[in-house]
Amino acid sequence: MDERIAAAWRVLPDYLSQHVVLSAASLALGLLISLPLTIGAIRSERLRWPVLAFASLVQTIPGLALLALFYPLLLALSAVSLRTFGQGFSALGFLPSLLALTLYSMLPIIRNGVTGVLNLDPAVIEAARGVGMTDRERLWRIELPLATPMLMAGVRTSAVWVIGAATLSTPVGQTSLGNYIFSGLQIENWVSVLFGCVAAAGLALVTDQLLGVIERGAARRDRRSIAAALTLLFAGIAAAAATPLLQQRSSAYVIGAKSFTEQYILAALLAERIEREGASAARRAGLGSAVAFRALANDEIDVYVDYSGTVWANFMGRTHTPAREVVLREVREWLQQTHGVLLLGTLGFENAYALAMRRSQAEKLGVRSIADLAARGSELRIGGDFEFFARPEWRALQEGYGLRFAERRQYQSTFMYKAVAGGEVDVISAFSSDGRIAAHDLIVLDDPLQVILPYDAIILVSPRRVNDPLLRRALGPLEGAINVDIMREASLSVDRDAEKRTPAQAASWLAQRAGLGS
Amino acid sequence: MNMHSAAAPAIELRGVSKSFSGAPAVRSVNLTAPHGAFIAIIGASGSGKTTTLKTINRLVEPDSGEILLEGEPVHASPPHLLRRRIGYVFQGVGLFPHMTVGENIAVTPRLLRWDEERITQRVAELLELVDLPQDYAQRFPSMLSGGQRQRVGVARALAARPAIMLMDEPFGALDPLTRDALGREYRRLHERLQLTTVMVTHDVLEAMLLADTILVMRAGEIIARGAPHELMNEHADAAVRELIDTPRRQAERVRSLIENAAAHG
Repeated sequence: MDERIAAAWRVLPDYLSQHVVLSAASLALGLLISLPLTIGAIRSERLRWPVLAFASLVQTIPGLALLALFYPLLLALSAVSLRTFGQGFSALGFLPSLLALTLYSMLPIIRNGVTGVLNLDPAVIEAARGVGMTDRERLWRIELPLATPMLMAGVRTSAVWVIGAATLSTPVGQTSLGNYIFSGLQIENWVSVLFGCVAAAGLALVTDQLLGVIERGAARRDRRSIAAALTLLFAGIAAAAATPLLQQRSSAYVIGAKSFTEQYILAALLAERIEREGASAARRAGLGSAVAFRALANDEIDVYVDYSGTVWANFMGRTHTPAREVVLREVREWLQQTHGVLLLGTLGFENAYALAMRRSQAEKLGVRSIADLAARGSELRIGGDFEFFARPEWRALQEGYGLRFAERRQYQSTFMYKAVAGGEVDVISAFSSDGRIAAHDLIVLDDPLQVILPYDAIILVSPRRVNDPLLRRALGPLEGAINVDIMREASLSVDRDAEKRTPAQAASWLAQRAGLGS
Repeated sequence: MNMHSAAAPAIELRGVSKSFSGAPAVRSVNLTAPHGAFIAIIGASGSGKTTTLKTINRLVEPDSGEILLEGEPVHASPPHLLRRRIGYVFQGVGLFPHMTVGENIAVTPRLLRWDEERITQRVAELLELVDLPQDYAQRFPSMLSGGQRQRVGVARALAARPAIMLMDEPFGALDPLTRDALGREYRRLHERLQLTTVMVTHDVLEAMLLADTILVMRAGEIIARGAPHELMNEHADAAVRELIDTPRRQAERVRSLIENAAAHG
């Protein structure tokens, strides 16, 4: 079997079980909230419009954004709860995913339930009143039973939506089948992306069919087929809920990773080092940048690799650009003082923002530095990743060099490299340690005015693990062990199209090249 | 019931009026139905006959006027309790499609919390009364013909032994043969169960053949009332004459056809 497929199979129990538990919990909670709202909307015209409008509004928010919005909201709530009850809760992972998906599940249930009842044959309603039913009796004995097929169709739609949207919970730190898709997209492992899609679609299909059996069983009053389908459904959920219990990793070190190749490799490297010391390591991969840091500060993850410039500009909010050592020193102090986070050490390479162009075009235009680019920029198009144009570096580049471009586009970083290589854009915001710079024959433009911040790779440790001897023993040897060349090569070995390595294989290779043995 | 019941009529409407968004539908209608009466209300569509009927079981609440059943104002009890004492049959039938015929008939007794044994017995009785086979109790309404459905509708209305039956175009959607048969059968039930019936119809012939008293409505008012033979005689109002004359002319044409057929036969 292809190594990529084998690797995907190995993590399937974990991803699938978490996906199932998340989807089932969201749908159950969604039903619990939607059914009373549906009944309210049926009985009160005044309630009907706001309820339907709210549910529709939620549906217009893109799934990823809805999930992202719950993170800061829960963080604020957790802070309030900590102050009031002395007990906070995790704003990352399961909870924001659950709440967002619950909201997402509501519209089809409510809309189908309400339309189902309002579109009933008026003669049946008149008969129900005529025989002497109260409003409540009419609702429970006539309207809801008759609207049940329509309501069940809504539940089926909702289940399919929730299972699909649950793949988006990966970036907020909830493991799901989306992990295949997000990491596969990042490291250009299309087998993994496809595997994730097929698994999610398969799960949705099976669930839909089982709910369909229940729906038809209800219509024909066939108790046996309802019971059979319900048993299968609950058995699946129970098996999924039991899976993590069997895996036993309560005291594991949790390693975070943002969503790009280098981070996946470094997370695998950290895990390998920790496991060599006899401890177990769990991974929360594919986190957003700010999400990863906040998760660390809240002890939800124990260790991850960040970059000095990111902390300096994003979290400390500094706008000037001092020398490397100054940035490192102030970052270390700030992390310690404001968050109790330990800067354990530097890995030995930088992953800074850099402007890169195709070598051939740069030579043709005679561009070697950003200053040269400033003169030709107005004819050229620039591509950036999702955050670049919102970052202080971009402002510094614009102000320092007077840069101006004909057009500006944003890409997911894998596609950003493809875009510049394919000539869709002329300049991109590359990362200096990225293997794809060499792979696509790009050149990095000099920064003579030194407006771009230094981005040393740093190992950050959560407050509760600050004095953890095992962590120090495992990760201490990484100090200064990785230079930019081997990091680029390791990344490229994962990103390239042929003879791809998995992040874990690249991490082992990296450890060997760094002289750490393996 | 109460102390008036012996003397009071089964149904009495006093000056009942109703408007829908400003447009008057019923204007100051008076109606008295003694025990055992069979009253038909006829008139064109929009004349207010259905609205008048529905004020009796409070499917429509009047703006003014008084409605008494057995001398007791209908407002004395909540509408759902009132309706459980009154049979109601209408053109749409409105059988509950998710319930069997037996369950449909048993609806009102169940609302009244009769015990199951009594309900089963009552369902069997009613199937016999409306001339349907006993095994129909397990069938669903979708498996029945239109005439059979309305028989179930009548059985459901009679289930909790009401003294009063309200019927709104009950046989309007049926073919002429079924319609005639069901009408005659219902008249027999009316006699046998000593019911008081108010029936709304736009079919003058049906009204004349079934009812003891006919009320003619136009634009929300009762413009004529009387026994069928009284209305057959010359009436002051031209519109009433027109309405009543139609079935008489039809009957005369049919009679001459029959005589012709006999002469040529």
